[in-house]
Amino acid sequence: MNIIENLENEQMRGDIPDFKAGDTIKVHAKIKEGDKERIQVFQGVVIRKRKGRTGATFTVRKISYGIGVERIFPLHSPTIDKVEVISRGKVRQGRLYYMRQLRGKAARIKEKRT
Amino acid sequence: MINKVFGKKLGMTRYFLDEGVCVPVTIVKVEPCVVIQKKTSEKDGYEAVQIGFNPIKEKQINSPLRGHLKVAGGQWFSILKEIRVDDVSQFEVGQEILPDIFQIGDKVKISGISKGRGFSGVIKRWGFSGGRKTHGSRSHRVPGSIGQNTSPGRVHKGRKLPGRMGFQRVTIKNLRILDIRPDMNILALKGSIPGSVNNVIEISKS
Repeated sequence: MNIIENLENEQMRGDIPDFKAGDTIKVHAKIKEGDKERIQVFQGVVIRKRKGRTGATFTVRKISYGIGVERIFPLHSPTIDKVEVISRGKVRQGRLYYMRQLRGKAARIKEKRT
Repeated sequence: MINKVFGKKLGMTRYFLDEGVCVPVTIVKVEPCVVIQKKTSEKDGYEAVQIGFNPIKEKQINSPLRGHLKVAGGQWFSILKEIRVDDVSQFEVGQEILPDIFQIGDKVKISGISKGRGFSGVIKRWGFSGGRKTHGSRSHRVPGSIGQNTSPGRVHKGRKLPGRMGFQRVTIKNLRILDIRPDMNILALKGSIPGSVNNVIEISKS
């Protein structure tokens, strides 16, 4: 088992900052179009972080032109260029699925005071 | 040269490829092995080398095997297997064989003993759909009818019925090697392979 853990440690990236559900983040994702590569920024609220070693993922939700869009990123994927934390949110749950039912003013998240 | 190596399944994980694709991989431990005996066409009727692998301590071996394994020079093995070769004269007894016959990207054939499932019913063993679970149904996981009437008056041979499942030699072709680590004696194969962790598997060139 130890060998597999070592192999997984090689795959895992240490450059992703620490964030939690409720935080607003900016994900710079690499997108390949033909043979060109560009970076797309996806900004939204983290509504879930799944644990796991190389299999860890997180879900970012944003409202785009009035329609809720969720995107699931593998935490250790090489397609993520970088992650910026914009603000830390004050939430009580670890998984913010209730955000899907909320619109407009109700869907705001209070900022954590440090 | 040999066209086959033996290894042990260590478990599964995932690899991120450069394009960002995440693929399942099986990690196999393939250690250098030692030629224990040569089988020649004059003496045995075929040409092969017997190799020993999976090193263990000397005290774990009974004395008849200890005599047989003496040629390895201080190394003791728990598993002995034969590999057919075209010309056995290029091998020496006691020679160490390195499992470096593969390159990254090669397609290989894997054989091993699958996990035993015991006496299984037709749903697990043959993929039958089974009966209704509710609405008065009393046939849930039974095979149903297994034949006709007076003619033919018997059950056809090869009828799919419950029985022992698994613990059979299974071969999977065209698995791709994604990674080779000679320093750790490890191969990474894309996809799954038969058997549980620590299962002995055969990796051959396809």
